[in-house]
Amino acid sequence: MTYSFRFDPVELPPEAKELRQEVRAFLRQEIEAGTFSPYGGKGSFSREFSRKVAAKGWIGMTWPKKYGGHERSHLERYVVTEEMLAARAPTRAHSTADRQSGPVILRYGQEEVKEKILPQIARGELCFCIGLSEPNSGSDVFAASTRATKTDGGWLVNGRKIWTSNAHQSDYMIALLRTSPPTKENRRHGLTQFLVEMKTPGITTRPIINLTGSHDFNEVIFDDAFLPDSHLIGEVDMAWKQATDELAYERSGPDRWIETFPALVELVRRAGEEPSERLAEGIGREVAHLATLRRMSLSVAGMLQAGKTPMVEAAVVKDLGTNFEQALPDKVRLLAPQTGDSTPDSNDDRFEEALRYATLIAPKLTIQGGTREVLRGIIARGLGLR
Amino acid sequence: MNDSSDSIIVDTATRIFRDLCDPNTVNEAENGVWPKALWDVLAESGLPLTWVPEELGGAGAALADGFAVLRLAGHFAAPVPLAETLIAGWLLSRAGITVPPGPLTIAPVHVDGHITVTSDGGLAGHARKVPFARNASHIAVLVNRGAEAAVALVAATGLPISQSTSLAGEPRDDVMFDHVFPERVEPAAIDQDRLVGFGAAVRLQQMAGALERILEQSVQYALDRSQFGRPIGKFQAVQHNLATLAGEVAAASAAAGAAVEACALPDIAISEIAIAKVRGGEAAGTGAAIAHQVHGAMGFTYEHSLHHSTRRLWSWREEFGNESVWAARLGRMVAARGADELWPFITQAS
Repeated sequence: MTYSFRFDPVELPPEAKELRQEVRAFLRQEIEAGTFSPYGGKGSFSREFSRKVAAKGWIGMTWPKKYGGHERSHLERYVVTEEMLAARAPTRAHSTADRQSGPVILRYGQEEVKEKILPQIARGELCFCIGLSEPNSGSDVFAASTRATKTDGGWLVNGRKIWTSNAHQSDYMIALLRTSPPTKENRRHGLTQFLVEMKTPGITTRPIINLTGSHDFNEVIFDDAFLPDSHLIGEVDMAWKQATDELAYERSGPDRWIETFPALVELVRRAGEEPSERLAEGIGREVAHLATLRRMSLSVAGMLQAGKTPMVEAAVVKDLGTNFEQALPDKVRLLAPQTGDSTPDSNDDRFEEALRYATLIAPKLTIQGGTREVLRGIIARGLGLR
Repeated sequence: MNDSSDSIIVDTATRIFRDLCDPNTVNEAENGVWPKALWDVLAESGLPLTWVPEELGGAGAALADGFAVLRLAGHFAAPVPLAETLIAGWLLSRAGITVPPGPLTIAPVHVDGHITVTSDGGLAGHARKVPFARNASHIAVLVNRGAEAAVALVAATGLPISQSTSLAGEPRDDVMFDHVFPERVEPAAIDQDRLVGFGAAVRLQQMAGALERILEQSVQYALDRSQFGRPIGKFQAVQHNLATLAGEVAAASAAAGAAVEACALPDIAISEIAIAKVRGGEAAGTGAAIAHQVHGAMGFTYEHSLHHSTRRLWSWREEFGNESVWAARLGRMVAARGADELWPFITQAS
């Protein structure tokens, strides 16, 4: 048996390279027009921007044309995603739907829902959130207890989801709900995925302010909320079988290593053209990590393109990537040339802002979308240790 | 292994190492016993001359093939100058010099190497820590002849050598070239910088192979060794260490692959080599430490073969530029281009 995971190199096709230039030109234009600032903090939420991206054909890129998609490759999608993230473009209104929710609906949703929802996502009109965590089930996703009970023509939902990013701005949620108790043989049995329209009566969204002072998290309360039968996604009680490929999509993308990248960019700016040996070495080390991570992440996109489900490889990329992006702000902090009262520096504000943002968000990076501990468990299973 | 490599070459190399590169051979080599059986079979197979075109006496195979063989050599901790002979063959061929039989090595192996051709046609200068110099029949020396870089083929017999060893106990000898007359001197197609970059790519392949080996050994050991009533691999702390090791192995492997691609370019992409040697070097350190932690005291014994790989990792990460050297260079490249060019720089390779 071989225990090493393979990350074969991926050569981007010419069309992806052309596309990169196209995306860069678009982003430059948007920045010049004042739509967003690449030096701002969080890549924020703008439905207007999402509609513009959609008009370019850059949402639902890999989906069939009959559902509003563009039948382009995962590698082309990858290029668009990384360019948007590197520029801090405000993609929050469409990124979750494009990355995760859309593909799940495409794969497991009912035809009626696919025909209705997917074209809307591809037009940049729908924002999605993911209803996984609950007060008593965080990392232990399959312990979810928010219940969907069969009723005439649909399901009645009762319970609470928590730490739901963006729920307050979302049109839909894909929720993991309890439809049966777990069995002795399989503790993951009994959960089902549903499409939830957020304005359904009986759903209340409450803000939870995070330590940066921002409203991103929410608590979502379900009180006899009714979901039509058509909103059932996949097989009843069998969500555990469907979750795997969703995670492969979620865990390997550029968003898993690029979050604190602006701090490195601003460090390079502050370093100037002729940095000290110490600073040059520090920058070089981080760039080496970043470039290697990107190579591995792109390799996973190549696996997805080849129709594989690289669950473990995606976990490897996310573990390495989030550890890197989390450690980066502290490296930047200590490498930065110190400034004082007598050192005027026009880039100071930009540097300070990038570092402040990166430092504050760092703790969440190894928690969201699967904690470091969960990921290492998945990798250990891949090694045959579990 | 790389898909593009010829599976016959890889199969041949695997068979040879499996048959003739057992732990005892590796230990004996450290004690100064030349692994004749292993080298002779390798030489007979033509593997050491993988990168030499047929008209210059070699096998004329692709770069990827040689790198795939080097990964295996690293995996098996082969205590022979296979990597060095491959590099020498590559260097000599680029200068159009027919490659002599026998184990070869190269000099200098440092960026600041400086050996010159004097007016009488002899050489001047010395090279430090030349791998396997004492075992080599010839040395391919990159020299300065006036303003041009040239490759000199030097017979190694009788050269003044000061013997030393690497952390892995492999020969690393200082060689004096003063008043030595080379058999041939021809213009080189590359400079010292590119030679060191190529050497770094070679070491990265060996390191990737060695890291794969210690991951295999560590997982197997964790499954076999029981403490507190169960295999230690069932403990979460050990599992997480092994998961980290697997990540480092994967990163080193990806980095090594990038370095191979960089070498296939006409001018050798030095920035890609820098990225790869920094990341691969870090992985070697982190990976070796975890492998030892998992193996406990057993892995710290001479009897256990873990040190065949870990000591080589510690040695190889230092050669052809360590992490600091390459990181500083990479940092200067990035700084010279400026902050707004960082992202285009990261994405330029693909």
